[in-house]
Amino acid sequence: MRYLPLTADDRAAMLGVIGAASVDDLFADVPVPARLPGPLDLPAHQGEWEVEKAFRALAAKSLSPGEVPSFLGAGAYRHHIPASVDHLIQRSEFLTSYTPYQPEIAQGTLQHLFEFQTQVAMLTGMEVANASMYDGATACAEAVLMAKRQTRRPRAILSGGLHPHYRDCTRTMAGFVDHGVETLPLDLDGTEDLVAQLGKDVACVVVQYPDVLGRVRDLTALAEAVHAAGALLIVAVTEIVSLGALQPPGAMGADIVVAEGQSLGVPLSFGGPYVGLFATREKFLRQMPGRLCGETVDADGRRGYVLTLSAREQHIRREKATSNICTNAGLCALAFSIHLSLLGEAGYVRLAQINHGKAVQAADRLAAIPGVSLVNQGFFNEFTLKLPKDATLVVEALAKKRILAGVPGARLWPEDPQAANLLLVAVTELNDDGDVDALVAALAAEVK
Amino acid sequence: MSRIAFTKDHEWISVEGDVGTVGITDYAQSQLGDIVFVDLPEVGKTLALGDEAAVVESVKAASEIYAPVSGEVIEVNGELSGSPALVNEKAESDGWFVKLRLSDPAELDSLMDEAAYKAFVEGL
Amino acid sequence: MLNRQGRATQPAAVPVTGPGADATFAGDAGSILGHRGLDHEERLIFEMGEEGRSGVDLPEPPKVESRLGGLARQGRIGLPGLAEPQVVRHFVRLSRRNYAIDLGLYPLGSCTMKHNPRLNEKMARLPGLGDVHPLQPQSTVQGALELIERLAGWIMTLTGMPAVAMSPAAGAHGELCGLMAIHAAHVAKGDARKRVLVPESAHGTNPATAALCGYTVDPIPATADGRIDLEAFRAKLGPDVAAVMLTNPNTCGLFERDVIAVAEGIHSVGGYFYCDGANFNAIVGRVRPGDLGIDAMHLNLHKTFSTPHGGGGPGSGPVVFSDALKDFAPLPFVRREGDAFRLVEDPREAPKSFGRMKGFHGQMGMFIRALAYMMSHGGDGLRQVAEDAVLAANYVMASLKDVMTPSFDGPCMHEALFDDRFLKDTGVTTLDFAKAMIDQGFHPMTMYFPLVVHGALLIEPTETESKDSIDGFVAVLRGLAEQAIACRGGQGDPAAFTEAPRLAPRRRLDETRAARTPVLRWKQPA
Repeated sequence: MRYLPLTADDRAAMLGVIGAASVDDLFADVPVPARLPGPLDLPAHQGEWEVEKAFRALAAKSLSPGEVPSFLGAGAYRHHIPASVDHLIQRSEFLTSYTPYQPEIAQGTLQHLFEFQTQVAMLTGMEVANASMYDGATACAEAVLMAKRQTRRPRAILSGGLHPHYRDCTRTMAGFVDHGVETLPLDLDGTEDLVAQLGKDVACVVVQYPDVLGRVRDLTALAEAVHAAGALLIVAVTEIVSLGALQPPGAMGADIVVAEGQSLGVPLSFGGPYVGLFATREKFLRQMPGRLCGETVDADGRRGYVLTLSAREQHIRREKATSNICTNAGLCALAFSIHLSLLGEAGYVRLAQINHGKAVQAADRLAAIPGVSLVNQGFFNEFTLKLPKDATLVVEALAKKRILAGVPGARLWPEDPQAANLLLVAVTELNDDGDVDALVAALAAEVK
Repeated sequence: MSRIAFTKDHEWISVEGDVGTVGITDYAQSQLGDIVFVDLPEVGKTLALGDEAAVVESVKAASEIYAPVSGEVIEVNGELSGSPALVNEKAESDGWFVKLRLSDPAELDSLMDEAAYKAFVEGL
Repeated sequence: MLNRQGRATQPAAVPVTGPGADATFAGDAGSILGHRGLDHEERLIFEMGEEGRSGVDLPEPPKVESRLGGLARQGRIGLPGLAEPQVVRHFVRLSRRNYAIDLGLYPLGSCTMKHNPRLNEKMARLPGLGDVHPLQPQSTVQGALELIERLAGWIMTLTGMPAVAMSPAAGAHGELCGLMAIHAAHVAKGDARKRVLVPESAHGTNPATAALCGYTVDPIPATADGRIDLEAFRAKLGPDVAAVMLTNPNTCGLFERDVIAVAEGIHSVGGYFYCDGANFNAIVGRVRPGDLGIDAMHLNLHKTFSTPHGGGGPGSGPVVFSDALKDFAPLPFVRREGDAFRLVEDPREAPKSFGRMKGFHGQMGMFIRALAYMMSHGGDGLRQVAEDAVLAANYVMASLKDVMTPSFDGPCMHEALFDDRFLKDTGVTTLDFAKAMIDQGFHPMTMYFPLVVHGALLIEPTETESKDSIDGFVAVLRGLAEQAIACRGGQGDPAAFTEAPRLAPRRRLDETRAARTPVLRWKQPA
């Protein structure tokens, strides 16, 4: 067994030192009826190439978005990942280290986390950020829980423009505290009035930016109204590249910004692992969930980094912790940081401009197809089309032509009939003119 | 006339008239280590005997401070937000946490006096 | 504050432009830039780079009229510009300041730092698995769905449980999944309950999770032999108890002998048995939780099934369920329908489900790695994993019991627990002892956990260490223990402990300062 170094002789010698006759003696505390006499009914061990063959067979059964025109988004986006990102995150010292509990020999991870926190704060326009959450959706749930603690108010209002996965996660994970969460329906015509929902018992309002249909709205007035009512504004961002082109939520008055960081450095990987970003104002620091890395000095006065403010966390605070999170998304956060470091300010901004420009061009061509209309005017790299027929059927038909056209509304709002004809289309730097030509032609033929 | 009393949770309360000043004992601060943050209640809050009055955090621990007697919070020690180290340096004077207006001074009778507390600590 | 070279040592006062002006790392006599041989000091990335430079070549953006709704970003973000070689060097230098399982034995008890096979990494990157979009039409991702179904099959066989929820992102998230299913099951019976019983020795995530679900946590004491106090447990049972959360093998590294009695007890009052499966590595292939009366248990794929810890994640925490709870499991899940696989996402198809708890479907990248690991080991190899892990821990315990103080008698499971009685009157604490290990080239064990023993030192060697490697580790601990014992009564050299580490990239860090005046991000110097 290639991963098990002990030989039969080693085992015998070790049992000798222990003073046990056999390894069974070491399992003496297991109740007799629970002891398995031999191996379970599972395949026996396999060599590398046998395992590899099995996985290649599974991989061959899926259509890889890299091989066909692909316009899928709705919370996960296909972007180019520079080769050095994947090389660096596979450095043994990053890949095979634990949470940095011994800071003297974990300065690599800790300095990275400090840089990551800084990057997240900069992009979102906020003052502080934590060392990552599982993903954007769970970060959103944590933000609602934090707002309830901070304001000591019971109600949370979720905009209908929030991604349904974020809505559902928040409803599930924050459902046991006070009044749970209240959700507004999908708002196709853009008339949702969040201000009317405010009241003395509202802890927070949650909006997405750009929203799930791709719409971009100035949140400044909303933030002012929310603050006037004594509540917090939580802004969720599912496409972090957008903040290279758009005003950051922090500049519009957001109190907590949560985001999905997958777009930078993290492969699509069928939905995970991704990396949740969490940023807020310094005055709310003590109510933040998750790990925080801070700067300090060592015994020789040299600058160094440690995990800090741990008394908020479960391993110290137990049932009074700000969250139960322990393991987070460290290695995905590293990939995010490396990709963003490679881009730099100029590259990040230009990447966003390319995404936006290509999306504008594609949107105009798609909206020109007879019967197809564009739901939103403003957008970043994702927009919503209204088709003259059921979008799920269209997407399935185009998939047969090896085109991944986008995400049909029914996939996100299965219970809402007004979503049936919607198609969410994302365009990134990886979509060339040929991809758009193919989509336009195939969609035009399908809806004719 | 002032009077000082101690709890088994290593808190002290110094009473003058109907106002009691509450803090943690020197023994408590030495057990907690370097105090890094003190979370104080809002002025005006009414606490029943045993309610959580404050939370004190060191690098590796967090402890609740319980109201040693019932009363209303009339003042909190604002100095602690900027200098939590005061609790380590002067636990039984400048490092006080809250002042309470006692609602039932008779509750003091169930607490320890200085000599009893000293004996209690020695027995730990 | 100035050091011997007269350079400022306080970061706040540090000039950060130009290598020669950099005093951030001074403090090491004789080193001009702070470097020592292969150990390079490295500034923050924000202290390097220039505006305009980029490590990625991008084409001109298309010339279009902006459709950003008048919300185009104003002003600079503040990110530095670096070319690829600068970025690569920065992160390689950082990497070299970390300990890692690939460098040496990593004895963190409760964390299961075992070898991470690279085949698993390769498989996770296959086109068709690592690059598929979560919302592709299901007809185009049949291989990915089949993989999830296949992994679920392995997990159900290994645990002897009839169902598994795959979406939880980590152990604590799995605990939440289990407790939310328990909560939903009670609510479905119209019997909302209040209390969850949690042993004092539990991981902090257990009480934190129970509280998140709105439950009151009621602690159960441990017995003198490090196990759940069955009488105390029974005394706390009542009609308002929703569940007990028990770690087995427990955090003292011991198998809970009374586990079946615990199951019977909790079931007798209509409660459910949640098991924290963080320590499943000790029993995989030898004991099935399904035979112990457990209703829900999470598995940390990043512990038992070797997906890499990555400096703190990502993890994956699938939760197995008994028949009593399986209908309450979260959405989405994969269902086999003939030869096809379907992802059930619509709540109308699973009316009892407590709902969604993660974006998309789960930690697919971790599923791939874990399945590759399971298939590599096979049923036979996984049983050997548990045996070798338990053998290694008992060998460490037996080899050190004359110089260190094991907390409990008898064989342990996959981790050996010592307390600080052997350090009495030495002036050396558990922390000092751990830090001295760093100077000897080892990562310390888990310290001060579990809380039920004083000054705990919890050692988990895992099955992927050779006897030679364990012997080296034992030799170091023996040497340090003898050196510490020699400090009793004011003798010896306690500074070798209290001043340690001396040879690491950093000496002890001022955690009080970090917490009293938090500096959590870099800011442009004024």
